Amino acid sequence: MKKNSLFLALVLILSAIGISAKAQLSGAGATFPLPFYNMAFEQYTKTTGEKVTYGGVGSGAGIKSLTDKVVDFGASDAFLSDKELAAMPAPVVHIPTCSGAVVVAFNLPGVETIRLTPEVLVDIFMGKIKNWNDASLKKINQSVKFPNLAITVVYRSDGSGTTNMFTDYLTKVSKAWANKLGTGKTVNWLTGIGAKGNPGVAGTISQTKGAIGYVGSEYSFAQKIPTAYLLNKAGKFIKPSLATVSAAGKGVIPADTRIMLTNSDATLAYPISGFTWLLIYKEQNYNNRTLAQATATIKLIDWMLDKDAQAIAGKVNYAPLPEGVVKQAKAILRNITYDGKRVLK
Amino acid sequence: MIQVSSDKILKYLLFVASLLILLISGAMVLSLVQGSMLSFHQFGWKFLVSDKWDPTSGSEEYGALLFIAGTLFTSVLALLIAIPMAFSTSLFVAEYFRNTRLASVVSTLVDLLAGIPSIIYGLWGFYVLRPFIVDIGLSAQGYGIFTSGLILAIMIIPYATSLTNTTIMMVPNELKEAAYSLGATRLEVIWNVIIPNARSGITASYILAFGRALGETLAVTMLIGNSNKMPTGLFSTGNSMASVIANQFGEASGLQLSSLIEIGLLLFVITTIINAIGKYIIKKFA
Repeated sequence: MKKNSLFLALVLILSAIGISAKAQLSGAGATFPLPFYNMAFEQYTKTTGEKVTYGGVGSGAGIKSLTDKVVDFGASDAFLSDKELAAMPAPVVHIPTCSGAVVVAFNLPGVETIRLTPEVLVDIFMGKIKNWNDASLKKINQSVKFPNLAITVVYRSDGSGTTNMFTDYLTKVSKAWANKLGTGKTVNWLTGIGAKGNPGVAGTISQTKGAIGYVGSEYSFAQKIPTAYLLNKAGKFIKPSLATVSAAGKGVIPADTRIMLTNSDATLAYPISGFTWLLIYKEQNYNNRTLAQATATIKLIDWMLDKDAQAIAGKVNYAPLPEGVVKQAKAILRNITYDGKRVLK
Repeated sequence: MIQVSSDKILKYLLFVASLLILLISGAMVLSLVQGSMLSFHQFGWKFLVSDKWDPTSGSEEYGALLFIAGTLFTSVLALLIAIPMAFSTSLFVAEYFRNTRLASVVSTLVDLLAGIPSIIYGLWGFYVLRPFIVDIGLSAQGYGIFTSGLILAIMIIPYATSLTNTTIMMVPNELKEAAYSLGATRLEVIWNVIIPNARSGITASYILAFGRALGETLAVTMLIGNSNKMPTGLFSTGNSMASVIANQFGEASGLQLSSLIEIGLLLFVITTIINAIGKYIIKKFA
């Protein structure tokens, strides 16, 4: 975090004093898609010669940087609410770049996989189901022999978009959860122990018999952590994978793509999935920006939606966007203006 | 002539350097106070006695008590465990095996403990100590006040011993010899001569070690459980002041950020007071 902001500061200083003559693009924001962005931007520089720097400083700090107009684009795991949008100095648009998910990981000796319904998941994380031999778990997992073992809930002790997505899902599927805990980057957990970061949670789960917790999919897919199947809205138990996370975006998406995909009604969707977005101003002529700078920004984001970049996403365990969403995102990009005129023809 | 001016330059340089340190500490306090204003206006003194830490947007409410309790409980426990170990080590090094090869090996090893990065203690605590506590049946998952206190105790032993060693060695030989000549046993010499003479140095070193335990972050974060609830017993989980700041600082904003900064200010004040007490005891009774 400290390193990142230092890095960002350096980038900002360098770009402010205009060290490079060529249009250099800079962005800042979410840490969740950082590995994907790093790899994609590197590839972009290789093929086009255009330099892109990205600071993974957290969604909040990224939005702040965009508000202060010190970056070409911001990045966030959570879309701006209507109120937050109105508070921006000028209209801002969201362009999704890939999807991620939150998976439920557990540590049960001798048990490879379990199935969970939203109700059981909520009861476990609210501390109502305290032991693995609970009848409600047996009911949905006939073939699994559960041990008589206390359940230890593990959550993120640091503020995180992962927690935000997970609690957003629980809020949607349970009134009790919505009333007592709600959605947030940190919430007031009723039970369990906290650990820092995805590696911390995954490590604590793997070291604690009877533990259950939630981990970002990009981390769990890379580490091949055993995860639970979740019952989705269409009534199917879904294993989290790049395909099922991608499928969550196949439902009806609003034109501005501002939607939390959690509890998606698409048939094969993994229910705790969501987009991550790049944010730019709709009118690109601000702060004495040149048309060239504006064009470069939009061309980069347009490229992020193309096959090459989306394939990179899959390689580093982020789910590529479904075709329908790519079309919608490209339509948004076509409406970006410079002095009121469209930049992309 | 040249001699004088270089002397002067050095004098000014030293003056600027020490002024700079003063300025930086002052600026640090100022920014801590400034940053915590928002939270102070919202909660006032209630911040100190409320054990609620609820970041749910809409019903945000923050209080520091559970973190203060977590920090004090773990640090006091650490001190209680460390004192007998540290004191016996000091007697070993500074009295029983004074000036022997064995003593110098032991004291070097103890000093080495101070140089180990706290993440190493954290990892060892997480992968070795915690499972051990589970295995002997003290606690179901091994996280909590007890495990954190135990690891802190090991971490502060070198701080507690080094100053104690010096003060024990400084007890005049004549006094000890006089006691022996009156027929006192070694234990009686320790009890009646060494401890009364070295009391202030020993107390001060334990207080400074306690101050060190208060601020430790990483090893505690890995073992305390990070649950934002009032600890209810020795084996209950909890959270500490340094740990909650390190955990939630990154994505916090507004009132939550301000409350975290206020916790930082409180930690700063508590540590300063503890250190001042230690220094005062050294000065007053030495």
